[in-house]
Amino acid sequence: MSEKQIDEVSGVSTTGHEWDGIKELDNPMPRWWLWTFYATVVWALAYAIAFPAWPLINSATTGLLGYSSRADVKNELAAVEAAKADYVAEIAAKSVEEILADENLRTFATAAGSATFKVNCVQCHGSGAEGGPGYPNLNDDEWLWGGDIESIRQSIAHGIRYSEDADTRVSEMPAFRDVLQPGEIQQVAAFAASLSGMNADAEMAAAGKPLFEQNCAACHGESGNGNREMGAPDLTDAIWLYGSSQAEIAAQIRSPKHGVMPAWGGRLGDVAVKELSVFVHSLGGGE
Amino acid sequence: MLMRTEVERLDAEAVNSARKRGPLYAARTKIFPKRAEGSFRRFKWLVMLVTLGIYYLTPWIRWDRGPFAPDQAVLVDLAQRRFYFFFIEIWPQEFYLVAGLLIMAGLGLFLVTSTVGRAWCGYACPQTVWVDLFLAVEGLIEGDRNARIKLDQAPWSARKLALRSAKHATFLMIAVATGGAWIFYFADAPSLLMDFVTGQAAPVAYFTVAILTATTYVLGGLLREQVCTYMCPWPRIQAAMLDEHSLTVTYNDWRGEPRSRHAKKAAAAGQVVGDCVDCNACVAVCPMGIDIRDGQQMECITCALCIDACDNVMDRLGKERGLISYATLADYNSNMAIATAGGTSAIDPTRVRGKDGKLSERMAQFRLGKILRPRTFVYCGAWSLVGLALVYGLLTRDRLEINVLQDRNPQHVVLSDGAIRNGYTVKLLNKIPEPRTIVVTLEGLDGAEMFVVGLEQADRSFPVTVEPDRLKTLKVYVRQPREHVEDIAQSFRFVVEDKASHDTAHYDATFTAPEHPK
Repeated sequence: MSEKQIDEVSGVSTTGHEWDGIKELDNPMPRWWLWTFYATVVWALAYAIAFPAWPLINSATTGLLGYSSRADVKNELAAVEAAKADYVAEIAAKSVEEILADENLRTFATAAGSATFKVNCVQCHGSGAEGGPGYPNLNDDEWLWGGDIESIRQSIAHGIRYSEDADTRVSEMPAFRDVLQPGEIQQVAAFAASLSGMNADAEMAAAGKPLFEQNCAACHGESGNGNREMGAPDLTDAIWLYGSSQAEIAAQIRSPKHGVMPAWGGRLGDVAVKELSVFVHSLGGGE
Repeated sequence: MLMRTEVERLDAEAVNSARKRGPLYAARTKIFPKRAEGSFRRFKWLVMLVTLGIYYLTPWIRWDRGPFAPDQAVLVDLAQRRFYFFFIEIWPQEFYLVAGLLIMAGLGLFLVTSTVGRAWCGYACPQTVWVDLFLAVEGLIEGDRNARIKLDQAPWSARKLALRSAKHATFLMIAVATGGAWIFYFADAPSLLMDFVTGQAAPVAYFTVAILTATTYVLGGLLREQVCTYMCPWPRIQAAMLDEHSLTVTYNDWRGEPRSRHAKKAAAAGQVVGDCVDCNACVAVCPMGIDIRDGQQMECITCALCIDACDNVMDRLGKERGLISYATLADYNSNMAIATAGGTSAIDPTRVRGKDGKLSERMAQFRLGKILRPRTFVYCGAWSLVGLALVYGLLTRDRLEINVLQDRNPQHVVLSDGAIRNGYTVKLLNKIPEPRTIVVTLEGLDGAEMFVVGLEQADRSFPVTVEPDRLKTLKVYVRQPREHVEDIAQSFRFVVEDKASHDTAHYDATFTAPEHPK
């Protein structure tokens, strides 16, 4: 290893390392490569001086150029905000109807609303706004409190049965277990199911009709079409928030569940609520 | 020193040949190529003129595409993701056309290399062309080989400083022009030039010019042959494509050896002498710093300047040209066999000459027909096939396209009347630089209707305007009444038609429904 060995074939000295009779040649690096290597060393040193590099106990050296990736992010975010500023100002100034009528503004608001929705709304309404038992599907065309853009905005801004907001939408269906006999509840349930053409025992439904007219028509209407003023659902359509089986309908009559939606106006601000409204309106059911 | 035959003997050394090369740590030995004269040199000037002309002038050619598209003939519009080449406009999804061109370039390189050797290296490679240009500039400013050597060795003086400054300033000017021309391919050339000069252009423009200026100056002006010998992988790869019928620049030692500096004296003394008078003209002109008489070597870029140099010497000596020539290995071997009597003796040039002193008829000479061999046809065939496929692709490609993405979350929505609704993101691609009104129609799916946010009426067909050269994204809802829903998945078709040009396109989509719609 210590003495210099020359490979006979190439005439190049070897490193002295040998594996199964194969020796490693000690070819030097080409000069241009070497200079490139030196250049990278110089670059690294210069970089370490110019940019934040050396860790200290509580922070790191700041570098002569004063570069900071946090400042970079801040600038980029500021640039994004600045780029959006015109749209945001317009959305703040206009009503939701006006936003809906302006194609550019609508496109922007839909995209922004979609992002806000993913952060704040998907927990209950689902990532595709498809809802679930007790949580309305926002894609369809049934609206408990109205499906025009302003009604949607109102629902989002002030919530539903949300006690902390004075303007929240409120309604409560009484629990009929205190009013009707269990058998009567089954009859009303059969009648309610028959309203939307579902299979129901005709006798039971006929018996349920007068009970319905006495107890339910005040809110759900004579023909069961519901009333958006008080959030009373339409019972004649194919959409059932708490399930469409007679047992589920009966359970809802006996002791109704009432969903609560928080008011978002105070949390997200006026602009975000408008954007959300436009997004929800665009899902396909908007009126 | 002049001989009686008036052949100048040059004190040239093949500094870059493997035989002479020192360890890689050793400093680079400078090369001062002498200016060559002759047909290959003239051809190289022509190639330089054409290639540099194409490179510098192309961005300035105008091409009218109407009011909705740029009027630059060749433009790579990165911001808008469009590539314009005269009458062709390419969208990113049509990049296969460029890939095809690259395959053709590759096959073309195989074809050229297998037939005429490293012609790419010798004539057309940008490194070669720019080094040639820089050498010409160097010759104009500092003089030819001897003057340059003298200047290099001279101590620093006002004159040397002036010459060197002038040279490097010119190099830098060429480098800036080279880097500058590049950016014009990526934006409207006249306006970019104005912006660039007035400091209004985007930082990336200045950055690109700076980088390309640096690479041009360093690689072409300073490193030169070092790039080809040490940095470029191509000489190594290219060797794999050569065979015994490929043309390479060859020193025909079967007629040149034994070389003699004093041919007449030696001949008079009864010694066997070849045609080579060892004047070193071939070494002096070589931009790679090699001696072609060492045989074929990786450093040789086959620029053929040594052929010009040697031919001039042979002319003056009254001998046949072609002591150094383009020859195939097969020809060389057969000639060598004659000269050495089948390898049984040393080279005897008298064996290759007839009684009249002229080269014997038996000696193999290159004929153009030899280029044609199976390999040539295979490469030509493959090259043409790709070319034809590209032309076919170009002629039949759609200028109107539709892409459809079905909503997956939720896949389907049950509406209050029991109808099923599916949502689709429909993308209409108008690939011509004119605005078009396109009619979207639903085919199949009984009783279904489409409605679009922003459009009032639900219908089975609706028109939509798409801007020139743009993609339009529509959110289309398709709704089918419950009584028409036949299956949980039904196939149907979106058809789009431009009523003016009758361009049509369609997309086969699926309509899904829940198994038991409530």
